[in-house]
Amino acid sequence: MGAYLVRRGLETAASMLLVAFLLFVLVDLMPGDPLDLMLQADPRLTSADIARLKALYGLDRPLLERFGTWLSDVLRGEFGYSRLYSVPVAEILWPRLASTLLLLGTSLLFAVLAALPLGVLAALRAGSLLDRMLNVFAFFGLSVPSFWLALLAIVVFAVLLGWLPAGGEPAEPGLVPVVRHMVLPVSVLALLAFAPLFRFLRAGLREALREPFVRTARAKGAGTARVVFFHALPQATPTLVTILALQLGGLFSGALAVETVFGWLGMGRLIYEAIMGNDYHLALVAVWVGTAAVLLANLAADVLHARLDPRVRLG
Amino acid sequence: MRGSIRVSGSVETFPAQPPSGRRVRPRGIAALAVLCVLALVCAFGPPLCRMLGLDGESIDLARRLAPPGPHAPLGTDELGRDLLVRLLEGGRISLAVGVGGALATTLLGTLLGVWAALARGTIDALVMRIGDVLLALPLLPLLVVLAALDPGELGLPAELDSTALEVGRIVLLVALFGWPATARLVRAGTLSLESAEFVRAARALGASPMWVARRHLVPNLAGPLGVAAALAAGQAILAESVLSFLGLGIRPPAASWGNMLSHAQEVMWQAPLLALWPGLAILLAVIAWNALGDALAERADPRARRR
Repeated sequence: MGAYLVRRGLETAASMLLVAFLLFVLVDLMPGDPLDLMLQADPRLTSADIARLKALYGLDRPLLERFGTWLSDVLRGEFGYSRLYSVPVAEILWPRLASTLLLLGTSLLFAVLAALPLGVLAALRAGSLLDRMLNVFAFFGLSVPSFWLALLAIVVFAVLLGWLPAGGEPAEPGLVPVVRHMVLPVSVLALLAFAPLFRFLRAGLREALREPFVRTARAKGAGTARVVFFHALPQATPTLVTILALQLGGLFSGALAVETVFGWLGMGRLIYEAIMGNDYHLALVAVWVGTAAVLLANLAADVLHARLDPRVRLG
Repeated sequence: MRGSIRVSGSVETFPAQPPSGRRVRPRGIAALAVLCVLALVCAFGPPLCRMLGLDGESIDLARRLAPPGPHAPLGTDELGRDLLVRLLEGGRISLAVGVGGALATTLLGTLLGVWAALARGTIDALVMRIGDVLLALPLLPLLVVLAALDPGELGLPAELDSTALEVGRIVLLVALFGWPATARLVRAGTLSLESAEFVRAARALGASPMWVARRHLVPNLAGPLGVAAALAAGQAILAESVLSFLGLGIRPPAASWGNMLSHAQEVMWQAPLLALWPGLAILLAVIAWNALGDALAERADPRARRR
């Protein structure tokens, strides 16, 4: 168990380092660095001035050296300054991350709460009308573009019916306006998360229900509820944790699109605005923090999986 | 090479083709039919519409957001262009990205999967771990960063920046992030076939590696590869639509289902229907590819049918 965790920890750290480096190189290739913009804004600047400014900010150093400086700054929590928002990056990053985590956490909670009972029902009544309808629904969830679903939700519930706000920030404080603003984005993201969870639970349970230990339990007189919740479901749970964590990357991607459509001030929208506003430093930090969060969540899921499943622990 | 003629005669008795009776179910045929119809309509629709006098190119602000009528079957968009023509032209791009993305992803995945399986050891572990990490990563933020790259900075001449180049770039990005699923299937298939008795028998009887690859590996991997390719096509169409929606994929004036939706959002309060058609088109295309993938998966693995 210890060796396995150390290996997974090192792998996660290496992945985070690699992603950071690749992002840094990419951002380096981006058009319009800060000095280009300064040059455009002030035509009196000469090339000697530019060279001096480059030396001042360390931009004349080799790529690896600049990456080292950047990484050590970031790891010490010094994220630098956002040109787009004219505030320190940390000041805008953490509230946005919290806002996205609220959105993702709520969506995931609803997705699990719906997928668990419906997955059990569908697995027990495979081939029934309910099962077929749920399968079609999950298939739709896997195929629909998240941003279009968000757009459609706005058109139906905000434009045509006028029941819910189309997005943006709640005008007045209090819990009710926040909840009203959350209903549509959470519903869209929950549907996206529900589809793969439901399909996995249904398939995993059906597989487990055919196992000999389930037949044994049935032969010993265990009822359906007992068989499902004490025998079949625990068999599928460790993998479910991993599947859940793997969904996070996709869900974070979905959040970027959905936040952009709804104007939800979260990480996804921050990344989009930073890219569109040529604030590549902010984009770099934001994408990396988002990626690191997803990788760490996957590591946590692997640890949990290993605790739940002795085969991983020993193998 | 030695004795390969004699060998081929004896190995012929091991069926490389799946036994008869494994047919693609009606759902798969329906999906394939939908894709064929979509391709035909998008290929021949725009010239036909032009002959009928529908205009999807010139801007006519007097006719902006016109409702559906005899002169514009689906109405006009925010610049007075015919929506049906633009929808069909966008379909060409989306389907091209789908097919291109599927081919590129499958090619890259197959190469990396076979390489990992044959090299074993460190290379195998490294390729598969990178694949695992890619599967877990949030792809859209990374795609957004990559799509914002200026091709001029990478040494490409700026005047190349046309629709074809944008399609090529999306296909490349899709393959770059989509290969792990294919690579995993190909690697597992290659490893299990490497130790399969009919392959070992063929080897022992002196069959060349190329013969084994052609006669055993390719037919046996064709099923999983088809599944992975169909699913990759759906993912590619989704990636194109969201990138174009965000303004980082296919850029106007060229029409794509994704960038049509981003204009539709701007005029959503005046013309909510504009947001319907491109999205439905994306949904139809992606559902068809996914259904084809599912049907092929059932054909490749008969056990899946009972699930």
